[in-house]
Amino acid sequence: MAIQKATNSENEATIGEKMTFTFSGVLLGAKRAIPLALSVCAVGVAFGVLSRQARLSVIDALLMSGLVYAGASQFVALSLWTAIPFPVIAIILTTFIVNMRHMLMGASLRPWYAKLSPWKVYTTVFFMVDESWALTMSDFAKGGRDAGFLLGSGFTLYLAWVSSTLIGRTAGAWIQNPAQWGLDFAFTAVFAALLVGMWKGKSNLLPWVVAAVVAVAAAHWLPGKWYILLGGIAGSAVGAFTDAK
Amino acid sequence: MQSETLTLLTILGMALVTYSTRAGGFWLMGLVTPSPRIEAWLKQIPGAVLVAIIAPTILTSSIAETLAAVATILVAIRTKNVLIAMLVGIATVALLRLMIK
Repeated sequence: MAIQKATNSENEATIGEKMTFTFSGVLLGAKRAIPLALSVCAVGVAFGVLSRQARLSVIDALLMSGLVYAGASQFVALSLWTAIPFPVIAIILTTFIVNMRHMLMGASLRPWYAKLSPWKVYTTVFFMVDESWALTMSDFAKGGRDAGFLLGSGFTLYLAWVSSTLIGRTAGAWIQNPAQWGLDFAFTAVFAALLVGMWKGKSNLLPWVVAAVVAVAAAHWLPGKWYILLGGIAGSAVGAFTDAK
Repeated sequence: MQSETLTLLTILGMALVTYSTRAGGFWLMGLVTPSPRIEAWLKQIPGAVLVAIIAPTILTSSIAETLAAVATILVAIRTKNVLIAMLVGIATVALLRLMIK
């Protein structure tokens, strides 16, 4: 992936005007997401296997992966699935909390997607997951200006997620623990590598340190995925105060 | 065991709240008047969120994850290639886990 710095003269008011939404952008995003699709498959198979243990039917497991499409929250839902009486409200509420970090990601899209038709934006965000959003933000940081990138990368990972759920649900007994092969580390490695491209100098230092410290503390003291939301808010909020001219 | 209707409604409920988180952040920011401070905040979100996602894994799981992350970052700086960096990271963590066991 070539690294190209965005021009400094761009600001939030004009950046939306420069965005396009083309099929070649969708294709580029799809292509860039292929290496990640492999790791998504490893997690999807694991989800499929567990969904069987939680006594979800094949159709229900596919519906959950196809309509919710948010790995962490689906695993949490499975852990509550066999409770009696069936905890509908708890499952839905926990799903919302685990996925609240999407709001932060959606907010960050605003400058780039503000001028696009709502139809395109609100279809694209259905397919937005941590990995496709991170790839897209990294592409925009390097000068990419095609909004289709997020749809293409998200859709590739969507296909991987739903098909691997089916494989895990139906054939899961044969598949060994992915952690043995280091595949569980793939997401961490990609995010670390993408961060290298997002480093813009000293203005990032304090926000990133704060994000790391708050995330580590929150991961230690709080359940679930709160650490992402809290670390992300704390780090970016510090950046808002140190960066604003 | 719960009824099939209840299962279906639960999945639909999960889908609805999840979509609301995906659409909600973008929608809410449309109601806010942009200012330099908000622009600076939005610009800092991607880096801060990514750091928050990986920090607990890298800093608190084991030495294998910490060293693999260092290797990944060095390769990413050197090659500017995310795919190669990812492969080096996965290989490093798999190897170190074998050695530590």
